[in-house]
Amino acid sequence: MEAASVAPASGALLIDDPDRGVFRVHRSAMTSAAIFEQEQRRIFDRVWIYLGHESEVPAAGDFRTRTMAGRPLILCRGADDEIRVFINSCPHRGAELCREIAGNKKSFQCLYHAWTFSNTGKLLGVPGEDAFGAAFRREDFNLALVPRMTNYRGFVFICFDPHAVDLEAYLGDARAYLDYVADQCEDGMEVVRGTQLYSARANWKLLVENTIDFYHTVPLHKTYFKYLEDMGADISGGVDGRGYDLGGGHAVVEFEAGWGRPVARWEPKWGEAERIRLAALRDRQVARLGADRAHKVCDVDRNLMLFPNLLINDIMAVVIRQVNPIAPDYMEITQWALAPVGEPDLARARRLESFHSFLGPGGFATPDDIEAFEGCQRGFNAFREIAWSDYSRGYDGEVGRPEAEMQSSFEPQIRAFYRRWAGLMGIAAERHG
Amino acid sequence: MADDAATAIDTRAIEAFLYREAELLDAWRLDDWLELFLPDATYEVPATDAPDGRPGIDLFIIADDMQVLRGRVTRLNSVHAYAESPHSRTRHFVSNVQAAAGEDGLIAVKANFLITRIRKGETDTFIGRYDHTLKPDGQTFRYHRRRAILDHDALRPHGRVTIIL
Repeated sequence: MEAASVAPASGALLIDDPDRGVFRVHRSAMTSAAIFEQEQRRIFDRVWIYLGHESEVPAAGDFRTRTMAGRPLILCRGADDEIRVFINSCPHRGAELCREIAGNKKSFQCLYHAWTFSNTGKLLGVPGEDAFGAAFRREDFNLALVPRMTNYRGFVFICFDPHAVDLEAYLGDARAYLDYVADQCEDGMEVVRGTQLYSARANWKLLVENTIDFYHTVPLHKTYFKYLEDMGADISGGVDGRGYDLGGGHAVVEFEAGWGRPVARWEPKWGEAERIRLAALRDRQVARLGADRAHKVCDVDRNLMLFPNLLINDIMAVVIRQVNPIAPDYMEITQWALAPVGEPDLARARRLESFHSFLGPGGFATPDDIEAFEGCQRGFNAFREIAWSDYSRGYDGEVGRPEAEMQSSFEPQIRAFYRRWAGLMGIAAERHG
Repeated sequence: MADDAATAIDTRAIEAFLYREAELLDAWRLDDWLELFLPDATYEVPATDAPDGRPGIDLFIIADDMQVLRGRVTRLNSVHAYAESPHSRTRHFVSNVQAAAGEDGLIAVKANFLITRIRKGETDTFIGRYDHTLKPDGQTFRYHRRRAILDHDALRPHGRVTIIL
């Protein structure tokens, strides 16, 4: 029923043919209201979704409100130092309980009938409680928690399916890549103050694929690479990477680019003092993690995609990028900068400078990505005439291909995303359109 | 002494400066616009949830020193800056201009802005306030710090800041 109800006349939404090395997704998947709704129910209601970082609520009573999968939520560290995620709706009659974006509260009081809740979620006060009768029990009206929540090394994930597998099982092999990010600092990582909150007039899946697409990097971001060149960087090596399907819909593209990594690959522009500091930092990493792991953490860039909507780019800065589907042709995007706790001021300033010029809505690259896929979204209105978008790069000859022959513009990482998407959506892969 | 400094500030002249700047920006005369900056000036657009952002410490939308700002203008002058190629049509409205003596001979300028960006059938409106510091330069002024603080909770539906605010 599911595939037929959302598929176009031909019936196929996904072409996955290993014999010909062809992988295509039907463009109506980006425009259909029925598919959008089905994504909400079959994906966003079922899988683990990133909500925030523990460093966003560092002190007891700290809270942040945000909407995820359509639900208004409160991320709160209680007086008992436990992090919880509440539904931001008064259990009495549903009013928005916490009306501020961020702050610190010992308790939450509903504006409507003045019910009061502790920051651990317990109902503390009900004016005129007697009138509710003998059957009224306060514990029935504590704040509702999201069904599942796990804080993995500071990354707080939630899930609306009470029966979902544990987060670690969900992440599978992708967990190791999250660990490389978390391992950058023995004292932990923290979200920098200031969030980039933006949007794009396009389907959310286009941002996910764009972030792990290395075929577009050089042509689309010509002006960014020219800027780097004008600044004296050596970009002759290009961006040479490899994409890997990590299973479960997750994927990563690993590469080693010419730019410096704040932890811990030096570039000449940073000067001698920084070279010495980074060398000492690297030595500590090797002592703590071992040489192989330290190499992964310090030298290797990665764009990590955690299905369905979390991208962590660990490059010349560390960006946590999340996309929220709002409509088939509109998404909201949030970006945070993640950085080592205790990072020296000058290194932090350099990290932010790298972040600002490349990443984000005011940078020299992201706006052109948005321009590109907003143009795609407009083009998709002609899906009856041009039906398919192609993700076949590197598919032909993929099995058994030696690493040395894998090119950064290949697309196994994008195919990983769409295979998982199709699986959860109940969409069968066809050999032909 | 403070009064002497206050009377020395010609708010009309600062308004004229801001209007001329708006005209340069709407005409996309960005090389001429760059001339309005001191060599060590900054151009800042704080994050919408941290409007009091501290450069080098907090995340911004834009936090350019002159090297980056020149890079920004070079990029915007290129046909390969696809987000602004062809250029959006912009209209900068500046009002509520107030100026007062700042530190070190600089002038603190506050104003309101409303800027429209029209592109591909969409009109996005940016609303906020300016918090600049200017240095007198002969009959005119040059930017020491040019800061545009947005009122919006988020760049939604704007999506980007590719025009100069």
